[in-house]
Amino acid sequence: MVKSNSFGRRVQFLAIFFSFVFLAVGSGPNSAQAADDSKFTVGVVTFLSGGAAGPFGVPSKNAADLVIETLNEGKMPAPYDSKGIAGMTIEAEVVDEAGGGTKQVGEYRNLVQRKNVDAVIGYISSGDCLAIAPVAEEMQALTIFFDCGTPRIFEENSYKYVFRTGLTATIDSVAAARYILDQKPDLKTVAGINQNYAWGHDSWNDFEASIKVLKPDVEVVTEQFPKIYAGQYGAEISALMLKDPEVIHSSFWGGDMEGLVLQGSARGLFEGRTGILTTGETAMFRLASEMPEGTVLGARGPFGVYAPSNDLNDWLRTEYTKRYDTPPTYPAYKMTQAILGLKSAVEKAAKGKEGKPSTEEIIAAFENLEFEAPSGTVRMSLGKGHQAIQEMVYGQFTNEGGKPGVKNVKRYPAECVNPPDGITSVEWIQKGLKQTECK
Amino acid sequence: MDTLLVILVDGIVYSSWLFLVAAGLTLVYGVMKILNMAHGSMYAIGAYSAASFVGWYFSADYVPWASYFFFIGCALAGGVIAGLLVERGVLRLMYGSDEVVMILVTYGVLLILEDVTKLIWGVDAYFAYQPYGLLGRTKVMGITFANYDLYLIGVSVTVGALMWYGLNRTRNGKMLRAVIHDREISMAMGINVTRTFIITFVLGSALGALAGGLTAPALSVVPGIGIEIIILAFAVVVIGGLGSVEGAAVGAILVGISRAIAVHTFPEIELFVIYGVMALVLSVRPRGLFVTATARKI
Amino acid sequence: MEYFRRTNSFFAAAFVLLLAVGLMAPNWFSYLTTISLAKALVVIGLVILLRAGLVSFGQGLYYCLGGYSVGIAGHYLQWTDGFLVLLIAMVVSGIVAAILGLLLCRYREIFFAMLTMAFSMILYGILVKSVGLGSTDGFNIHSVSFFGWEPGTDKLGLIVYFLACLAALIVAVLMHRYFHSPVGFAGEAIRENEIRVEYLGVSPNRIIFSKYILAAVLAGAGGGLTALASGHVDPEMAYWTTSGEFVFVALLSGTAHVAAVFIAAFLFEIIRTYAFDLAPYNWQMILGATLLLIIFFLPKGLWSIFTIRRAGGGVK
Repeated sequence: MVKSNSFGRRVQFLAIFFSFVFLAVGSGPNSAQAADDSKFTVGVVTFLSGGAAGPFGVPSKNAADLVIETLNEGKMPAPYDSKGIAGMTIEAEVVDEAGGGTKQVGEYRNLVQRKNVDAVIGYISSGDCLAIAPVAEEMQALTIFFDCGTPRIFEENSYKYVFRTGLTATIDSVAAARYILDQKPDLKTVAGINQNYAWGHDSWNDFEASIKVLKPDVEVVTEQFPKIYAGQYGAEISALMLKDPEVIHSSFWGGDMEGLVLQGSARGLFEGRTGILTTGETAMFRLASEMPEGTVLGARGPFGVYAPSNDLNDWLRTEYTKRYDTPPTYPAYKMTQAILGLKSAVEKAAKGKEGKPSTEEIIAAFENLEFEAPSGTVRMSLGKGHQAIQEMVYGQFTNEGGKPGVKNVKRYPAECVNPPDGITSVEWIQKGLKQTECK
Repeated sequence: MDTLLVILVDGIVYSSWLFLVAAGLTLVYGVMKILNMAHGSMYAIGAYSAASFVGWYFSADYVPWASYFFFIGCALAGGVIAGLLVERGVLRLMYGSDEVVMILVTYGVLLILEDVTKLIWGVDAYFAYQPYGLLGRTKVMGITFANYDLYLIGVSVTVGALMWYGLNRTRNGKMLRAVIHDREISMAMGINVTRTFIITFVLGSALGALAGGLTAPALSVVPGIGIEIIILAFAVVVIGGLGSVEGAAVGAILVGISRAIAVHTFPEIELFVIYGVMALVLSVRPRGLFVTATARKI
Repeated sequence: MEYFRRTNSFFAAAFVLLLAVGLMAPNWFSYLTTISLAKALVVIGLVILLRAGLVSFGQGLYYCLGGYSVGIAGHYLQWTDGFLVLLIAMVVSGIVAAILGLLLCRYREIFFAMLTMAFSMILYGILVKSVGLGSTDGFNIHSVSFFGWEPGTDKLGLIVYFLACLAALIVAVLMHRYFHSPVGFAGEAIRENEIRVEYLGVSPNRIIFSKYILAAVLAGAGGGLTALASGHVDPEMAYWTTSGEFVFVALLSGTAHVAAVFIAAFLFEIIRTYAFDLAPYNWQMILGATLLLIIFFLPKGLWSIFTIRRAGGGVK
C-alpha cells in the first residue's frame, strides 16, 4: 500500500493546481475595460511564424501597425482623415495564426472573451477561415477576413457576423484564363504546377475549367502538384520542359514561388513559354533580375503595382516604403482595406448617435457597404452583402531599362470575374462564365 | 528513352541533395545515438549564413567566382558555431537519457533555434541566386539543367567518400567506430568519449549547414525551411539504416529516383513516395537496409 | 483495493469540481479545458505504449481518424448523435489499429516511432488529396445531437465540455485499473526485458498489439471530442507535428499516474496559449525552453514532484 501521507500530499497538490487554474481564469477576462467607450480594440490575426510569415504575415502586420497608428493620429488622407474609429482610439491585439484550425478556434475565443475585442481582423489560411466562421457566429463577434481565398465560406453558408473584404481565389483563376486568352488567342497547350493542398488544387481546377470553357480545344499537357514548401522543383521543371506547353500556370506563393522562379529561370523554363504567377507581384521587385520578361503577374486583386492612382494609394506607398524600406505588397493592401472597411462601417453606424455602436448596428452598416481603399472602390455585394468584389488586373512583367514594372496591363471589371450572388463559383465556371456581363 | 534518361538525371540530382541533407544526421546518430531534430535548424542556419553573405558579396562587386569558397565557408562556420553551442550548452547536460527523450531534447532545441534564426535574420526572404546562374547550363536530351545542380552531384559524392574514408581508414575514424560499437569499453581503452562527442556533433551540424548553404542559391531562404527537411532526412536515414553512411547514400538514391519517376509519370502520388518507400522498406527490413539485427540481451 | 477506492473518489471529486468549474468559467476557458481533456485521452494511450517502452510518433493518425469519423458521420451520413459518433470514431480507430498493429507489433525503439509516423503521414497525404473532404481546408461539423435533443450553438460548447469530463472520468478510472492489472504491468516487463517475458509464457508481440489498439481507440475518442468541440476537422490533425505535441505532453506527465496526464495536458494548453499571448513572435522559444527545463529538472514527469520526496522511492 502507498503510504498514507501521500493522499494528503495529493490533496495539497490538487489545491495548488486549482488555485493556479483559478488564477489563470481570474486574470483572464478584462471585463472592466469592456465598457470603455474611448477605445476600439481589434484582434489582428496573421502568420508571424512559419513559411507564410515573410510573404504575407509580416507585410500585413506592418500595414496594420502603420494604418492604425496613422488613423489614431488622424493623418490619413480623406475620406479617412478623422481620428481613430468614430473618435475612438484603435488598439490592436496581435496573435500568431500558426497552429491549425483547432488551435486558432481556441485563440479566437480568447480574443473575443478574454481580451474583449470589438472586432477581429485576420486569417490568411482558408482552413482557418472555414473553422473560425461558425465560431464567430456562435460568439456573435464581428469578424473580418482580410486575405483567405476560398469561395466556400459564403457559398456553402451564410453568416451574419463574418465579412470578407478581400477577393476570392476564383477571381484570380478566371481572370488569369481570360487574360492569357486575350494575349494568346490561339493558345494550344497549357500546364500547371501548383502546391499540393487546397489552395493549389482550387486555383488549378478553376483555371483549367475556365480555359476549357473559354477555348475548349486547349490541351492540358501536365499538371504537377509538388508538396507545399518543397523548395526543390528540379524534377517538376524537367517534366514541364519535356511536355513543352506554351503557358505554365502556377499559384505558388512566397518562398515556393520565388524558388520556382529562381530554378526555372536558371534552367530556361520560361524561355519560349509564358509563366502565369497568380501571386507573382510579391516577388517582382525583389527578384527583378531573375524574373523572366513577359511573365504574367497577378496580385490577387487591384493591389500593389496594379492599384489605381488615388490619394490613399499614394499615401500607402510613400509611408509604407518610408517606414519598412520596401514597397507594400498585396497582403499590406488587403490588411489596409480590411481596417478601412471596418472604419467606414463603424462610422456609418455611429453617425448621429452617442457612444459606441453595437455589433448589430455595425453589421447593418457593413452589409452592402461601398467604401474607398488604396485599391479603389470596394463593394460588399456577394454573400448577401458580406463578400467584397472588385475589378481584377493582370499584366506582364518587364524590366526594360533596369526598371521593374508591368506592361500590357488589362483590367477586368468586377462583374467579369465574379459569379452573381447565389451561384457558386464552380457552377458559374461550368456553365460557361455566362451569367454575368463582360465587355 | 528520353524520358528515362531525364528521370535518371533528375533522380540523381535530387538524391545527391538528399544525401547531403541526411549525411550529418546519420553520423550523429551512429556515434551518439541521438536522432537530431535540430539538424533542420542547422540546415536553416547554413542557408541563412550563406545567403546573407552572398547578398553582401554581390552588392560589393568582388570577383564572382571567389564567392563559392566564401559562402560555403560561411555556411560551415555557422554550423560549427551553432553545433558547438548546442552540444556544450544543452546536449552535454542530457547525455545518458533515453533515446526517445533525446529526440525530444533536440525537438526543444529546434523550437528555440527556429526563433533564434528569426531574431537574427527576420522573416523576410534572403536570396543568394547569383552563384546558381553563374555556372551556366547543360543540355541533356533537349532538357536544360543548371550546371550548379550537376556539380552538386560531385560535391555529394566527395562528401560521402570523405566520410567513408575518414571513418574506415583513419585512426580517428577507427576510434569513432569503436565508440559506435561500445561506448563503455572504448572509454575504458582510453578514448576520450567527451571529445569524440563534441567533434561528431559539430561535424554533423557543419554537414547540415553545408547542405543548407549549398541549397541556398536555388531557394528563397525563409523561416520554416529547416522544419521541412527534417522528415525528409529522417526518412532517408531510416530507410538506409540509422547510423550507416552507405545506408544514407542508398536511401537517398532510392527516394530520389522513386520521386523522379513519380513526378514524370504519376505526379499525383508524389506526396506519398517518401513515406511509401519508408513503410515498404521497413516492413521488409525492420531496421533499414544496412543494419543487421542485433542480438537480444537477456 | 482500498488504493483504487481512494483514487476513484479522488477522480470523482475532480470530476465534480470540473463540472462546477464548467458552469462558472467563461467559454474560452471551458473550450481550452475540453481540448486538453480530449488531448489527455490521446496521451493516455501514448503513456500505455510508453510504459511498454514504445513511443508512437504517429498517434495523430488515430486522432485524425477519430475527428474525420465524427465529421463524415455527421456531414455526409447525417448521423449526428454525439455518443454514436464518438463510438464510431473509436471503432474506426480500433479497426485500423488492428490492421496496422499486425505489422507494428514486431517493431521496437526508433523503428516503431518512425513507422507509426510514416503511416500517419500517409493518411495526411490521402486527406490532402481528397478534394471531396476539403483537402487541407478540411470541413465543418454542423449539428450535434444527444438522444434526439439538439442543443443550440450557444449551449453546445458546454455540453461537449460535460461530455469530455465524463469521458475523462471513465477513462481515468478504467486506465488506472489497467495500469495496475497484470497486462498493465506486462508492459513494464517488456520494456525491461522481453526475453524474460517470453520465458514466462507470454507473447510480447501480442501484448503490444493489444496495447496499440487500446491506445488507438483512446486517440480516436480524443480526436472525436476535439472535432465536436472545435466544430472543424482538417488533415493537420494527422501531421507529424501534432503527434509530436502528444509526445511532448506524455513526457511532461510521465508514466507514473493517469491523473498526471490530465494535469500535463492542461498545463501544456495553458502554457501555449499564454506563450501565444505574451510573445506572439517568439512563442516557440518559450515552448522549447519549457520542454528542456522539464526534461532536465523533472526527467520522470510531473508526478515526480510529489513522489520524489518519498524516501527510497518505496512504491508498491
